[in-house]
Amino acid sequence: MKRRNFLGLMGAAGVSAAFATKAQAAGNVHFEGYPGSKGVLFDAVRCIGCRKCEEGCNTVNNLPAPEKPFDDLTVLDTRRRTQNEAFTVVNKYQPDGGPSVFSKIQCMHCLEPSCASACFVAAFKKQPSGAVTYDESVCVGCRYCMVACPFEIPTFTYDDPITPKVVKCDLCEANIQAGRITIPGCVAKCPKEALVYGERKELIKIARNRIAAAPDKYMDHIYGEHEMGGTSWLNLAGVSFSQIGMREDLGVKSGPELTSGALSVVAMVPALWPLLLAGLYGVTKRSEKINKKEKAEAVAEAISATQEKAQADLKAAMERAQADKEATVKREVAKALEEAAKAAEQGEKEEEGA
Amino acid sequence: MTTEAVSKKTLFTPFNVITGMILIMGAFLTVWRFGWGLGPVTNLDHNNPWGIWIGFDLLCGVALAAGGYVTSSAVYLFGMKKHHAAVRPAILTAFLGYLFVVIALQYDLGRPWRLAYPFVVQSGTTSMLFEVGLCVALYLTVLFLEYSPAALEWLGYKRLRNMIHRCTIALTIFGVILSTLHQSSLGALYLIAPSKLHPLWYSTYLPTFFFVSSAAAGMSMVLFEGWVSHKAFHNKMSKDYLSQHDDLYYSFAKGASWVLLGYVFIKVIGVAVDDNWHLLATGWGQWFLFELLGFALLPSLLYAIGVREKNLKLIRWTALLTVLGIILNRLNVSLIAYNYHLPSEMRYFPSWQEFGVTLFVCTMLVVTFKFIVTRMPIFHEHPEYKDEH
Repeated sequence: MKRRNFLGLMGAAGVSAAFATKAQAAGNVHFEGYPGSKGVLFDAVRCIGCRKCEEGCNTVNNLPAPEKPFDDLTVLDTRRRTQNEAFTVVNKYQPDGGPSVFSKIQCMHCLEPSCASACFVAAFKKQPSGAVTYDESVCVGCRYCMVACPFEIPTFTYDDPITPKVVKCDLCEANIQAGRITIPGCVAKCPKEALVYGERKELIKIARNRIAAAPDKYMDHIYGEHEMGGTSWLNLAGVSFSQIGMREDLGVKSGPELTSGALSVVAMVPALWPLLLAGLYGVTKRSEKINKKEKAEAVAEAISATQEKAQADLKAAMERAQADKEATVKREVAKALEEAAKAAEQGEKEEEGA
Repeated sequence: MTTEAVSKKTLFTPFNVITGMILIMGAFLTVWRFGWGLGPVTNLDHNNPWGIWIGFDLLCGVALAAGGYVTSSAVYLFGMKKHHAAVRPAILTAFLGYLFVVIALQYDLGRPWRLAYPFVVQSGTTSMLFEVGLCVALYLTVLFLEYSPAALEWLGYKRLRNMIHRCTIALTIFGVILSTLHQSSLGALYLIAPSKLHPLWYSTYLPTFFFVSSAAAGMSMVLFEGWVSHKAFHNKMSKDYLSQHDDLYYSFAKGASWVLLGYVFIKVIGVAVDDNWHLLATGWGQWFLFELLGFALLPSLLYAIGVREKNLKLIRWTALLTVLGIILNRLNVSLIAYNYHLPSEMRYFPSWQEFGVTLFVCTMLVVTFKFIVTRMPIFHEHPEYKDEH
């Protein structure tokens, strides 16, 4: 099965930070875990629910003693989840009312962890050893890792006002690196070899062999081989995993893959939006300008037309006035001449009369 | 005697008394939260790491502050210049919205004093939250600059004001880019949790849903706020603002109607792409349809009718309906349909202290808004800068 690793610029850049290895170019690159990286195989068929693993974890990690001691198995009657004081817990299930089946939960140590992908200060890292570790010294306490984790594993110290932090199993990475122990605390304590620590590739082989050797006892499913892109922690069981509190609807896409598509669009927005928006602005501006110009032209045209008409009217009026004036002058002159003629005639008559 | 009576009367208005009580409660809750941690004041737990301080204060706050980029781009980029008087109120609301989103976030973060760590100590660039943080930080700066001319006019710093004013178009474009990015990224936050968010709300289109609905939210918020401001600050409003107001209502109502219709389409495409039709018959399906039909399709139709019939009252109530719809959608994604698979006793319901802090932050926003609009040229133009836009 081919799954793509991370798409997009940001994805590739971030992965290099998260995995401290060469950044992979986008494309159909599939991350199968660091070579030689380790993990744990849990076999629910072998588990007897003794809670020794919980005890081992508690001791190795110097966690506070629980309210009820680890040999008190009545604790198993209620379903539990990981807590700030318990990086791993065992739950009891009775599928179809049959015999009890026990299931251990803890961090699954994903090959491509959702928490690491979600963390905006890159506090989570997939170590070459296989462990997913958390660095408290940069944590802002946003708790997005808890939202992101499909296995609902990380917890948060809500009651701490000054240095609240995320808490989860680190596959005893700190202890192993410091040389205090060589295998995780839970694995060391298991009396039934229900837990095996080793190279993930080897663990898958072991799991296959167990299934092949007893197909009637095991489901043909190694939980964690493909779930969420694969996990360093692997599970075997004799019943369906959904019957022992493990979700089978998580899919095979890793966390980073789920967001890589959206991340790859990020670069496109600042690259293309300015062009589009500035273009729109230009279009608006230009149409405004054209409108203005057209308006101005129309106004000018209207003005000149009006002016021409006015001029013509004026000219006509002037001409008319001129004609009127001339006619008046003519008339007046004629009148004056007539009057003069009349006066002359009268003068002649008066002279005759005298 | 009389002046004393008057001053007493003005100080102890119902608004002031209620506000004062909320602020006192808020101060008390603030001490509790930071002195004793998140545990005692919230109902958050290991299964429910995000409550209303993220679901309401952050997601709804940012969506409802979208009026800033919507209005400024409509006026400056899309040529709706005649509505320029609406820009300042919208920008101020957006600026204060984001400012108080960031303030509210301080309550939710385990170590708020490390807020700048993603940018100065170690960057997790694969995180959607990194993008949200970066864009919100930058956009808050842009909004501050966009708002600042009003404050500078008030203070009388003419040269600085003119310098910033010249950058309006660049700031507007930058604002739209940043808004596109973080509005959508808020939806993209949930892309990483397909197993926790109900399939009807989970979609690879979540970023698109969030961005498109933010545009409708922004426009509706401008309308809704115009309505409220009209009642409260009518005497502060210029003739210019008031004369444009009805026209703005019709323009934005029309815009919101179309955007909401487009939103309904893409939500249906979301259901179709994941072939989730069969889920519509379930209880969650009814709830989904209630949200989609009642708070997206219905307001789209009501806006259209309001514009057609020039019915201001209908448009105002539709704006409120849309705002409530956006809040419902964001709460559905972040709280109600999130962790839908958990048994009811493991589900989250906010504590009274969480409600209290949210109320406190909202009240501070209203008080700050009131302080600014009663002093600075927001609903009117400064006499020295008339006709300059």
